[in-house]
Amino acid sequence: MTVQTQPTQARKNRKSMAWEHFLAWFGILLVILLSIFPIWIVLKTALSSSTTLFESGGQLLPSEPTLDNFKRVLGMVTAEEALKAGGSGQSVNFLKSIWNSVIFTGLIVIGQTFFSALAAYAFARLKFPFRDQIFTLFLTAMMIPGIVLFIPNFITIKNLGWLNTMQGLVAPYILMTPFAVFFLRQFFLSIPRETEEAAVLDGASPFMIFWKVVLPMSQGPLATLGILTTIGMWNEFFWPYLIGKDESVYTLPVALQQFQTQTPQGSPDWTGLMSGAFLSIIPVFILLLIMGKRVIESLAFSGGK
Amino acid sequence: MNTTEATPETPARGTVNRSARLEALTGLAFILPALIGFVLFYMYPALRGLWISFTDWNMLREPTFVGIENYRQVFQDEKFWNALWITFKYVLLNIPIQTILGILLAVAMDRVVKSTVIRGLMILPYLLSNVLVALVFLWLLDPSLGIVNAGLQALGLPKQDFFASTDQALPTVAFVNIWRHAGFTALLFYAGLQSIPRSVYEAAKIDGASEGQMFWRITLPLLRPVTVFVVVTSIIGSFQIFDTVAVATNGGPADATKVLVYYIYENAFAFFKMGYATAMSMILFAIILIFTVLQLKFFRADQSDLA
Repeated sequence: MTVQTQPTQARKNRKSMAWEHFLAWFGILLVILLSIFPIWIVLKTALSSSTTLFESGGQLLPSEPTLDNFKRVLGMVTAEEALKAGGSGQSVNFLKSIWNSVIFTGLIVIGQTFFSALAAYAFARLKFPFRDQIFTLFLTAMMIPGIVLFIPNFITIKNLGWLNTMQGLVAPYILMTPFAVFFLRQFFLSIPRETEEAAVLDGASPFMIFWKVVLPMSQGPLATLGILTTIGMWNEFFWPYLIGKDESVYTLPVALQQFQTQTPQGSPDWTGLMSGAFLSIIPVFILLLIMGKRVIESLAFSGGK
Repeated sequence: MNTTEATPETPARGTVNRSARLEALTGLAFILPALIGFVLFYMYPALRGLWISFTDWNMLREPTFVGIENYRQVFQDEKFWNALWITFKYVLLNIPIQTILGILLAVAMDRVVKSTVIRGLMILPYLLSNVLVALVFLWLLDPSLGIVNAGLQALGLPKQDFFASTDQALPTVAFVNIWRHAGFTALLFYAGLQSIPRSVYEAAKIDGASEGQMFWRITLPLLRPVTVFVVVTSIIGSFQIFDTVAVATNGGPADATKVLVYYIYENAFAFFKMGYATAMSMILFAIILIFTVLQLKFFRADQSDLA
């Protein structure tokens, strides 16, 4: 820094501070507005009746507000009624796909976190043959792009006869990800060994130490990992789309995509589509509302690893 | 090490061996589930992918080994070069805008607001799935019914085709992804800003530095490691763009958005040219590997300029 000390300049700076703060606020408000506006239009469209949609496309409020579209995508009306309201008549069962998304995400978050933690603990604390070589192999796998793995994994799942099944959907994710193992190992290494020693002297088995001492101490990192996995899996499209071509296993992103392609002729069923879209935003909203700070910290961490 | 101090008498050789063997068995048992997952869904597919890329295979007949034939064909395939070029263009549209916007927003966040609610609203788009975001923008940008065109008309401007136009489709896909990522990128830079000690700014302020001078001479240079990391990882991510294209444009109109992963997907699951598709995925792997190595070089070699 070779800026000259000049009292007059310092005073000038103070005056320009207000202007810069105004600019910063303006920028942030603009971005927030741009973030929320599309979501508002989703809700507005979901609440509009499809018959008036054409005239009200440019309006900011729904004309003739109605809950019919939500009822329609949740399967609460008959096919004929849905057809009359502008749907395709064979629409996707969103209630089922919400449930599938919950099962898909839930199984993976629990399984992946637990098995990765178990392995991470062994890599951090226990001695066994080829430990460091196996761990290095895990690390290298972090570089492989998804598409390289998806094609052979699709063939594996097909050969196992697991296409269109939940086990086929969760199989590649439920046992580990290299990142989860790497991340938890780093944390376990930072725990001082002394904390486990009392349990060792009491004759506790390694699993009991892991379960009763190490895991309870690791709530922060486990929550971070859990949040990142939840967001990632809730939004995952490519794999569930490849494996689950049957409505019984559609997750929400797949259901939305399929719902859109069900109306190939003419314009899509926008009011129905936006109702489905809004339904799939609600869980994300709830996650942010309940765990806002934690979610933000986890995301900030995910970039800084 | 501490355990040996705690037990002064050295245990008999046999017990040491037995407990070491027990520890090894326990360790192996602990990593077993993860190892099975790793071997089945990372190592085996990676090696199998490499093998498939040397074969001609449509998933119905047995694969036949063809050596480097697929790779030779890929390099002569105009559509491959087109897909690679479109992917590069997408990365070039996406990364600079996203990064600059991210840094500016992060500085704005750092200077004026620290509210969780505001940050939450800014990263909300990042929490939505690519599919959902693509559908929402298909609707907002619909040529006849969309609110954006209604707005343009109200301002007396001509309607635009966005996703349906060969010229605008790729920039529109890029814009949609910038919308989804800007707040998240800002959050990463914001986290990086927190590691710059306030005392540096205070010293500069006493010297009479303006906000602009502090930004160019302190903030940007000290953010360099974070910037390298964010830019390289976003480039690696952008090279793999698929969801938005699959939902919003299907690679069209007239191949204008047929990015590499979409072309690979099409070859594998629409034309069943598994060998050809995996050969292209290996080439993508090589490109990503180059960026990963660059990142490790730039990021690790000089972790921080603060020390």
